[in-house]
Amino acid sequence: MQQVSGDLSIPLDDPRFEKLESYIDSLSGIDGITMPVLQEAQNIFGYLPLEVQKFISEKIKVPVAELYGVSTFYSQFNLTPKGKHKVSVCLGTACYVKGAQAVLDKCAEALEVEAGGTTSDGLFTLEATRCLGCCGLAPVMMIDDDVYAQLEDVSGIPAIIEKYKKQGAQ
Amino acid sequence: MKSIQEIKEYQNKSMDQFYTKDGYRVVVGMATCGLSAGARPVYSLLKSEAESRNLANVTVKPTGCIGMCTYEPIVEVISPDGKKVTYVHVDEEKAKRIVEEHLVAGQPVKEYTVGGELKTLEDLDFYKKQKRVVLRNCGLINPEDISEYIAMDGYQALAKAVLEMTPEQVIEEMKKSGLRGRGGAGFSTGLKWSFAAPNQADQKYIICNADEGDPGAFMDRSVLEGDPHAVLEAMAIGGYAIGATKGYVYVRAEYPVAVQRLKIAIAQAKELGVLGKDIFGTDFSFDIEIRLGAGAFVCGEETSLIASIEGKRGMSRNKPPFPANRGLWGKPTCINNVETLANVAQIILRGSDWFRSFGTEKSTGTKVFALGGKINNTGLVEVPMGITLREVVYEIGGGCPKGKALKAVQTGGPSGGCITTENLDTPIDFDNLVAIGSMMGSGGMIVIDEDNCMVDIARFFLDFTVDESCGKCTPCREGTKRMLEILNKITAGKGEPSDLLDLQDLAENIRLTSLCALGQTAPNPVLSTMAHFMDEYEAHVIDHKCPAGVCKALLGYYITDACTGCTLCSRKCPVGAIVGNVKEQHRINPDVCIKCGVCMETCKFNAIVIQ
Repeated sequence: MQQVSGDLSIPLDDPRFEKLESYIDSLSGIDGITMPVLQEAQNIFGYLPLEVQKFISEKIKVPVAELYGVSTFYSQFNLTPKGKHKVSVCLGTACYVKGAQAVLDKCAEALEVEAGGTTSDGLFTLEATRCLGCCGLAPVMMIDDDVYAQLEDVSGIPAIIEKYKKQGAQ
Repeated sequence: MKSIQEIKEYQNKSMDQFYTKDGYRVVVGMATCGLSAGARPVYSLLKSEAESRNLANVTVKPTGCIGMCTYEPIVEVISPDGKKVTYVHVDEEKAKRIVEEHLVAGQPVKEYTVGGELKTLEDLDFYKKQKRVVLRNCGLINPEDISEYIAMDGYQALAKAVLEMTPEQVIEEMKKSGLRGRGGAGFSTGLKWSFAAPNQADQKYIICNADEGDPGAFMDRSVLEGDPHAVLEAMAIGGYAIGATKGYVYVRAEYPVAVQRLKIAIAQAKELGVLGKDIFGTDFSFDIEIRLGAGAFVCGEETSLIASIEGKRGMSRNKPPFPANRGLWGKPTCINNVETLANVAQIILRGSDWFRSFGTEKSTGTKVFALGGKINNTGLVEVPMGITLREVVYEIGGGCPKGKALKAVQTGGPSGGCITTENLDTPIDFDNLVAIGSMMGSGGMIVIDEDNCMVDIARFFLDFTVDESCGKCTPCREGTKRMLEILNKITAGKGEPSDLLDLQDLAENIRLTSLCALGQTAPNPVLSTMAHFMDEYEAHVIDHKCPAGVCKALLGYYITDACTGCTLCSRKCPVGAIVGNVKEQHRINPDVCIKCGVCMETCKFNAIVIQ
């Protein structure tokens, strides 16, 4: 089970809460808004710390326990902050049979972090994802919104990651 | 929009703009595959070049999946005489030349077409055996423009249904068509609708299941990205048939392009009045909302999907009651898959007899397969049911790359099984695939060649199901985990013969006792690979070898006669496993070797190999 981090508290006067509140208000009269609200909250804050879940709970009248249940069930919700860049290696079947495991291993080696982890400098989060939907270009990985296709030869991967490291350092 | 006459007039007007009389229509494949391969800058360049050069007779449009992913980015130029030229692997540089030579000077750039021979994709074997019903508009129309959908007979089926047919007649036509659910289970769509129709309720729902979770299938994404209105129109027809006024599209959040195009499509349909209140002047109203998934494979199961829309953990529940009786918020609900829905408008418009003219007696129509893995022509293929696997793999797919031998074809994703070469000539339909130990599933078709290890493939799928099990019932939650542990043990080289019996035992129990289809079908990849490739399992647990050379722990390092005896490797080996005299071929002691690979990295003569 994921731990809810206590030390990363967000003050309640953070303007982002206002943004979330107006989104919640815009949904009045619509049934079943738990998921859309959590999704928008994650868009706004980047993750779902306890303060945010408490805030949502009061606004939409759903117990925190239930929100916590939902946010830990779906793989897309994070309770802890993620790195600046998201490296997603596709482990769908088409990619897997064409060597996606080697791509993931190489990324883990280059970033010095296991799949699911965030680098110590907070720059990268490495994720193994299910099908990205471009099986024709297998094996693929995505860094943020950029797709890198046909990575059968993994030797070029460190150079790709280096590019983002340089961007991140600036 | 009030009548069929009115929509036909709108169609004629749209058609005039669709193919400009004396100009070129240029389309750029901009579904996820195309965009990934770099279609966006190509599209921008073509558009800005056409504008800056004042090419008034050239229209540049985005379009959905053209189908052949390996050739992306694809640009097609349709001439005034209807002739089409297909450019493949287009980049900005090539696009510039296409503008200069083809669009301005009227001379196609031969060398950028398939094989440099001015062939269109339709000339290729890849397309010859295909029959496009579901994908008919993908790669043809601009999915972000409702008038182009209407130009291709769009929304006429909805008009026909609400103006000329009773709900019962719609359901009857669907039943007669024999259309079966394309999401995996293959249940009759007409029957499903007929169960929900007679239920009295103040509200009923139609849900489009676009939570395409099978890793390796992407036809639903392609339909939503290439022809979103086909799905919306079908949902409205379904709503009319069962008496629902509200629809939801539950779509994976991992498909941002599809979500965006759906949003645009819904807004345009409402503006035109083909969705919303009093459709075509009748008292039938229908509204559609989009709901995003959040990364849970189990939400493709209908009761889990309903829980997710209600804002709960996506856990399945016992059936009955079936959703057709008690579904979303306890109201009668019909859930249909994207590909299923994409057939509906065509069936209503052209009749069930037309639809029955393709496919087999019990599996009518076509099926879209996502052809991937070790195959030359990867992409989406739509073929009539009853085609053989041999035709799909060799004639359409072009066989395995690098002349490798085909080992098996995996269908049905994590719920399916492997089809071996001996069943290549079995006609593909719902029932035949089950009979040979696999299933249709959503249509993922992954080709596996001699370099893939079947135990590793089974382990891969189990890893997936363990991750995706919702955890509600014990057989699925605990059982699949135990199976994965055994498979991990086997692929790590620590397997024993008794493990195979345990695997079979667990598989059988999980299959019989799990709550929903996810658990019931989770052991299939193991059972099917064990049935066909027992020799590979035995090689792993008895000889401790991986015949395909995939499972690392079962591989050994060897020094070939390319060794010069430089002693570098023996000095670098952290465990002293390498022995040999100076200037003589060295040897690795397999009992001491820890398979770290340092020797292979240090060797300057490529004398160390893994076998």
